[in-house]
Amino acid sequence: MMRQRGLFVLLLLAFIAVPFIAGALGNTYMITMATRVLICAMVAVSLDLLVGWGGLVSFGHAAFFGLGGYVVAIAATHATQGGDIFGWGGTNEALIAWPLAMLVSAGAALVIGALSLRTSGVYFIMITLAFAQMLYFVFVALKVYGGDDGLSMTSRNLLAGARITDARSFYWICLILLAVVVALVGRLLNARFGLVLRGAKASERRMAALGFPVYRYRLVAFVIAGAIAGLAGALWANLGRFAAPDMLSWLRSGEFLVMVILGGSASLLGPVLGAAVFLILETQLAAHTEHWQVIFGPLVVLAALYMPMGLWGYVRGRSS
Amino acid sequence: MTLVLEQILNGLQFGLTLFLLAAGLTLVFGIMGVINLAHGSLYMMGAYAAALGAQWTGSFWLALPIGLLAAFAIGVGVELLVMRRLYGRDHLAQVLATFGLILFFNGLLAWQVGRAPLLMNGPEQLAGFIEVMPGLPYPIYRLAVMAVGVLVAVGLWYLIARTRMGMLIRAGSTQREMVSALGVNIAQLFTLVFGLGALLAGLAGVMVGPIRSVQIGMGEQVLILTFVVIVVGGVGSVRGALAGALLIGLSDTLGRAFAPSLLKLWMSGALADGLGAALSSVLVYLVMAMVLVVRPRGLFPMEG
Repeated sequence: MMRQRGLFVLLLLAFIAVPFIAGALGNTYMITMATRVLICAMVAVSLDLLVGWGGLVSFGHAAFFGLGGYVVAIAATHATQGGDIFGWGGTNEALIAWPLAMLVSAGAALVIGALSLRTSGVYFIMITLAFAQMLYFVFVALKVYGGDDGLSMTSRNLLAGARITDARSFYWICLILLAVVVALVGRLLNARFGLVLRGAKASERRMAALGFPVYRYRLVAFVIAGAIAGLAGALWANLGRFAAPDMLSWLRSGEFLVMVILGGSASLLGPVLGAAVFLILETQLAAHTEHWQVIFGPLVVLAALYMPMGLWGYVRGRSS
Repeated sequence: MTLVLEQILNGLQFGLTLFLLAAGLTLVFGIMGVINLAHGSLYMMGAYAAALGAQWTGSFWLALPIGLLAAFAIGVGVELLVMRRLYGRDHLAQVLATFGLILFFNGLLAWQVGRAPLLMNGPEQLAGFIEVMPGLPYPIYRLAVMAVGVLVAVGLWYLIARTRMGMLIRAGSTQREMVSALGVNIAQLFTLVFGLGALLAGLAGVMVGPIRSVQIGMGEQVLILTFVVIVVGGVGSVRGALAGALLIGLSDTLGRAFAPSLLKLWMSGALADGLGAALSSVLVYLVMAMVLVVRPRGLFPMEG
């Protein structure tokens, strides 16, 4: 636990240092890159709540991420270009749009989770994947909101009326939100809720025998994870001022899983590390060759075969 | 009426193609307990090998064995190099490793063959149409594809229910240690079953070549539908795979063909077109959700 705190502080300091280093180097792209890491880390942490701590391998997490992105993009489109959705004229205010994105993603997670959690194991993997794919096709078919081409936002959301177009201020917002998410998830995991969730991963039958309604606990975890992914999606759409069906694709869901496992599942901070390493590796490889997947794919296979504890396992030392 | 019949035939043909994929995937899962996301990649590799083979040789009948052999060889190679190390690991590791394989195969084809879709001609002998009923001409090639699907279904049933290898497959799936203790080379058996699944996926890929274009990413589209089929049919059950494949093939094809015009009975044209497009692409998932509500373990759950 001490080590966990130590690494938390270390990672936080590293992230705080990024804008200053980027400023010293005069490299703004570095801040954008680091913002992407923060947002993906947020998704990975929420996914790990299900995968690592709950033992629920969800292969459809990108659906909630994309849904959150579309909520802010659609709200912003109506606010700037007129028109309405379900009689609502949209908004460009982050304090309304972002919680709304979380709410919509949570709602979708409630429905998908309620159905998917009736099953387990390999069924669960396939079903979450299938439902995510279903939402993907819905957005591809939604010609009103760009269909295949996606939906652009004319500007970033306003935060309490203030502009956040500056790369630096947006980075700070993402960092603060990620820190809050990590702290909340960490708190949750050590509370009774987290203990039941972890207990159910070890032995569902035993938790049920103790009188805990395992299904309901898992559903709540699924909804919380969906809401966090929705918030991350809202940030992502703001970062690129763009939401596209690609955000919900199965490839994204797979990438988020890779981040979790690469970093180390069931370790809270491992996924943050995983997101950073994944994105940096991907950008570096892509810079060298167009066919980076030929190298990246086998690396993923090797990580799956020989690094069950992820990078975090090495950081923590191979004690267990 | 002929239009409906034609679409039903299309749906059956699509369903039987899905069955070829689902059968391999469900066997591999039922017997080895491994979820293989790269199954769609084997389908894609089979299709590419056949399409390239057809370009070189100019003959579908030479391309067919090339595609089958490539899929089988790649399947065996993947089993020996990767899958073998995943038996007994958790599903998370299996998902991750096979996801990596998908990236690799997609990247490999983009690099070596290019991103442009390949076109492939069907066999000349099966070109043309046949009048399946008065006023309804239907492509002979598609009928042949259906016949192959039916033959494979019967063949698989015979293999699993009536042969010594099938007996070992059934025994190996439930009592792995016992079969192994009796002197059967389980590792070899698993490699063979995986290769068989790859062969069926490759067969589906080769046969789809002349109907749809051969392109990167074709594997994943069909993989997810295959998952839906297996979830509907029941994981591990070949019979379930057949039932699920036909149900999904029919509902997908009929939904795409008729959802917009059915909706027009209740609403305005433009709205019906938009909603119909959305509905027809999500219809199979709705079918899956409904089956799950009634039977969470699929239509034909595996015993035990």
